[in-house]
Amino acid sequence: MTITPELITQHQLTQAEYDKIVSLLGREPSYTELGVFSVMWSEHCSYKSSRIHLKTLPTEGKYVVQGPGENAGVIGIGGGWVVAFKIESHNHPSYIEPFQGAATGVGGILRDIFTMGARPIAVMDSLRFGSIDQHRILTGVVAGIAHYGNCFGVPTVGGETVFESCYSGNPLVNVFALGVCKENEIFYARASGIGNPVIYVGAKTGRDGIHGASMASAEFTEESKQKRPNVQVGDPFLEKLLLEACIEAMKTGAIVAIQDMGAAGLTSSSCEMGSRGGVGIDIDLDLVPQREPGMTAYEMLLSESQERMLLVAEKGREEEVFQVFRKWGLDAVTIGKVTPDGNLRIRHKGKIEAEIPNPALADEAPKYDRPHNVKPYRTAPLDAPAVIPASKDLNADLLRLIGSPDLCSKRWIWQQYDYQVRTNTLAGPGSDAAVVRIKEIGQSVAMSLDGNGRYCYLDPREGAKLAVAECCRNLSTTGALPVAATNNLNFGNPERPEIMAQLVETIAGIGEACRHFETPITGGNVSLYNETLGEGIYPTPVLGIVGLMKTAPPVPVAFQREGAHVFLLGGFRPTDPQRFGSGEYAKVILNQLWGLPPMLDMHYEKRVHEAMREIVAAGLAESAHDLSDGGLAIAASESCTSEIGAKLHIPQGVSPELDLFGEAPSRILITTANPQQVEQIMLRHDVEGCVIGVTIGGQLQIGCEDRMLVNVATEDLKREFETALPNRLEAHA
Amino acid sequence: MKVGVIVFPGSNCDHDAWYAINNIQQASANFIWHDSPTLGDVDAVILPGGFSYGDYLRCGAIARFSPVMRAVKKFAADGGLVIGICNGFQVLVEVGLLPGALLRNQSLKFICKDVALRTETTNSPFTSTLTKGQTVTLPIAHGEGQYFADAHTLDELEAEDRVAFRYIDNPNGSARDIAGILSRERNVLGLMPHPERACDPLTGSTQGLGIFESMLQSLAVPAR
Repeated sequence: MTITPELITQHQLTQAEYDKIVSLLGREPSYTELGVFSVMWSEHCSYKSSRIHLKTLPTEGKYVVQGPGENAGVIGIGGGWVVAFKIESHNHPSYIEPFQGAATGVGGILRDIFTMGARPIAVMDSLRFGSIDQHRILTGVVAGIAHYGNCFGVPTVGGETVFESCYSGNPLVNVFALGVCKENEIFYARASGIGNPVIYVGAKTGRDGIHGASMASAEFTEESKQKRPNVQVGDPFLEKLLLEACIEAMKTGAIVAIQDMGAAGLTSSSCEMGSRGGVGIDIDLDLVPQREPGMTAYEMLLSESQERMLLVAEKGREEEVFQVFRKWGLDAVTIGKVTPDGNLRIRHKGKIEAEIPNPALADEAPKYDRPHNVKPYRTAPLDAPAVIPASKDLNADLLRLIGSPDLCSKRWIWQQYDYQVRTNTLAGPGSDAAVVRIKEIGQSVAMSLDGNGRYCYLDPREGAKLAVAECCRNLSTTGALPVAATNNLNFGNPERPEIMAQLVETIAGIGEACRHFETPITGGNVSLYNETLGEGIYPTPVLGIVGLMKTAPPVPVAFQREGAHVFLLGGFRPTDPQRFGSGEYAKVILNQLWGLPPMLDMHYEKRVHEAMREIVAAGLAESAHDLSDGGLAIAASESCTSEIGAKLHIPQGVSPELDLFGEAPSRILITTANPQQVEQIMLRHDVEGCVIGVTIGGQLQIGCEDRMLVNVATEDLKREFETALPNRLEAHA
Repeated sequence: MKVGVIVFPGSNCDHDAWYAINNIQQASANFIWHDSPTLGDVDAVILPGGFSYGDYLRCGAIARFSPVMRAVKKFAADGGLVIGICNGFQVLVEVGLLPGALLRNQSLKFICKDVALRTETTNSPFTSTLTKGQTVTLPIAHGEGQYFADAHTLDELEAEDRVAFRYIDNPNGSARDIAGILSRERNVLGLMPHPERACDPLTGSTQGLGIFESMLQSLAVPAR
C-alpha cells in the first residue's frame, strides 16, 4: 500500500514525524510499519510533549530501587522486601465505555505491577466526573472497577471522587496499584540472551483495542463515540490466572525478562524489551494465539486485547515455563527469539511485514519542547469580590457542605469494592491514608492519592505543591513516613501554549515539592488531550505517595470518646479573602471561583508532618484528621461519625465563614488525653498549635468570642454525610 | 486440627483462610489444588471465597465439577467438617451438599461491609462455643449472596434447627434473613460472611474466631 499524506494524517503523525521515520529506516515504511510507528510515537506511548519536562523531576532517594522507565517504580521497605507501585489513567476509554474502560484500566495497572514479580496487594482510584447527575458514567466506572478488582482479588483501599463541570466531557479515571515481593525476586523487562525464546502467554489476540493508544492521544469530537469498538474488554478471571501463573513461572528461574502487553500490545512489549536489553526481537505472527482467523499483521501488532504477557525465557528451559501455564489453563507458545541485530522483525505468512530498529520505536520518538511561554490558562478573576456575602445560617451551610458531592461520604462507591480481601487492610476507604500491612514483616505500607484540579487551575505550580503536601500530610496523620511518589498528569491539549504552560508549571511544582518532602517520583503517567469539543479540563495532577510505618493499629479519623482534648496541630492559619475563592465554600455555597489556592509554606508543612509522626509514635493521638477541603468545620464534622462530637472555640479571625471553612494546609486535628505532651513535641518542631476544645456527646459546637457559630447534632451531620450520595444517585435509578 | 483449603482457579480468599487457620494454636492449614482427586490427611475442609472459574455461567456452577469436589462430597458423607465461605457456600449449594441457591443481591450491587449476625443454633460443630442469640459481626463481600429456597425448604431448615446465622439487618434480600445454613447431618456449614477476615485484632475484629474454635473443640471431643 502506498503511504499517502491522508494515511499519515489518519495515523496522527505529522509530515515531519513521517520524514523522521523515513530517515530512521532509510526507506519508506510499509503500511504495517506505519501503524507500528503511529502507536509507539503516539503521545500516550512516547510522552513526546512531556518527556523533556518530566526529566526535571527528582527520581532518586535512599528508598528507591527502581525509578521511572520500567513497568513500575520499586522502593525498599526493609527486611529484603520491596513494593512496586504506579498510577495509570484510563480517561478516554472510560468516557466512551465507562464499565469496560474503567475495568481494563484496573487490569492494565495490575499487570504493570505483577510484571515486576510483585503480587498486587492494594488498589486506589482517583475519579473525576462532571456532575453528580452524570450517573451513567459514574455508576459504570464504579461497577467496572468493582468487577475487575473484586474478582482479581486485590483490595481497593482508598481513593478520591471529585465533581467539577470541566470533567463532564472528560471524566478522569486514574488507578493506582501497589504490589509486594522480595528484592531479589524483582523482574525487569530487559530482553537478553541471543537465541532465547520469546514466549507469548495469556489471552488470545483479537481485533479489540486497535489504535487505543492513538485514541488516547487525541481530543474528543462528535465522532468519538464511534470509537467504542476501540475500547477493550477485560476478563479479570483470566488476569487472576495470569497473575498466579506468572508468579509461579518466575519461581522456576527460567524467565529472563517479562513485560505485559498494554497500550500498543505486542508491538510495545516486544520493542521495549528489545530496546532496554539492546537486542533484537524476531517474531512470527503465525504462531500468535488468535481469537479469529484472517487477522492481518497490522491488526495483530496493534491489537490491545487484554490479559496478555510477553516473556523471554532461557533457551532449553521453555518446558518448565509451559508446564506452569498449562497448570493454570493458559496459552503459552514460543512466537520468536532474541536476536543480536537490535531490530524488531515481524514475520507473517512467510513474509517480513516489519523490520524496524527497536531504539527507533522506543527511544527515537520525537520529543517536543512545545511553546509554553505564556500565562497558564485561566479565566477566573484574581481578586475576591468586593463583598463576600455573609452567611445567613452557618449551621445550614455546614450541613449543605458536608452533604455536597465533593465532601460527602463516598461509601456508596467504596462499599462496592472489596477493600478487605487478603486481610491486610488496617485502614481502608474513608481514612486519610490507606494502610496495608505486609504480613511477612512487621512493616506496613501507607498510601494516599490526591489531586486538586481547582487549585491547579488557579495556580498550577502552587496547586501541584499543595497536592504533594496533602498526600504527605495524610500519610503523616496515620503515622507513616512518606518515602516515594508516582503521579498521573491529566491535562488538555499540549499544542495550546496556555495549556502547555499549565503542564510545565505543574511539573515544576511537583519537582519542587517532591524534593522538599523527599518523595522522589518513581514513575507515572501522562494523559493529554483531555478536551471534548474544545473544552479542556482543569490541569489535574494526581499524586500517589507511599509511606512506611511499623505495623500497628492506625490512628482513626473519628473521635473516640467524650472528654478528650481537641488539639489543632499547625495552628489556625487564617485564610484571606483572595484565597477563600478556591475553596469548597465558595464553590458550593457561593457558586463562585476566584483568587488563588491556599498559601503553602513547605518548610512549616514538613515540620508539622514530623511533629505529627512523633505524636503518633508516642501513642498520644486517639484520633487524627487533616484539615483539607472545607477547612476546620468540615474536618471536625468528618470526625463526628461515631456519634461523638466536640465543643470547640476559635479566635476571631477575618469572618466566621473564612474562619470555619477557609482552606489552609499544615493543619491536623488531634484528640488526646495528654495535651501537654503534644505541645512539647510541637514546640520541639517549632510548630504552632493549641487545645481548641473537648469532645462531647452528640453535638458539634464551634464558638468564637461569645458567639456560637455552629451548633449541630452529630446525628444530622452524619445523616447528611452518609445519605447525600445514595440519595442523589438512586433517586434517578 | 488439620484443615485443607481448596484452591479453585479464581479462588482469592484461599490465602486469607490459610493465614487465619495457621494463626490458631493447634490448627494448621494446607492448600489442595482443585484437580486433586483426594484430600490427603485433613480433619476439616474449607471452600474459600473468591470467583471460582470467574463465576462464569453461575457462581460455583463450574467449580462443582472440579475433581476435588468428588472427594469433598465423600468426606462430607463420612462426617468430615466442611465449611464453605462466600463463593464456597455458592459451590456447596451447586454441588448439592446444601439446599437452596444464592441469587444476586437485591441492590444488584456488590456489597463489602461489616454486618451483625445472630447465632441461631449452637448445636453444630461450627457454633458450639458461641451462645444462642449471640451477635457476631463479620464482613460480607459479595455480589450474589441473596439466599433463596422454596418455602418448604425454608420451613424444613428452620424445623431442623439448621439456620446457623441470620442477618440482623438483611443486606442482600436473603430469604428469612438467612446468612448461613447447616447440612442435615450438621457437619457442613455454608455462610456468606467471612469469619476468616475477622480473626485478627489488627484488621479490626476477632469475632470470626468462634467458628474455627468451635471446629477445633468438636474435633478434639468427638460428639459421636
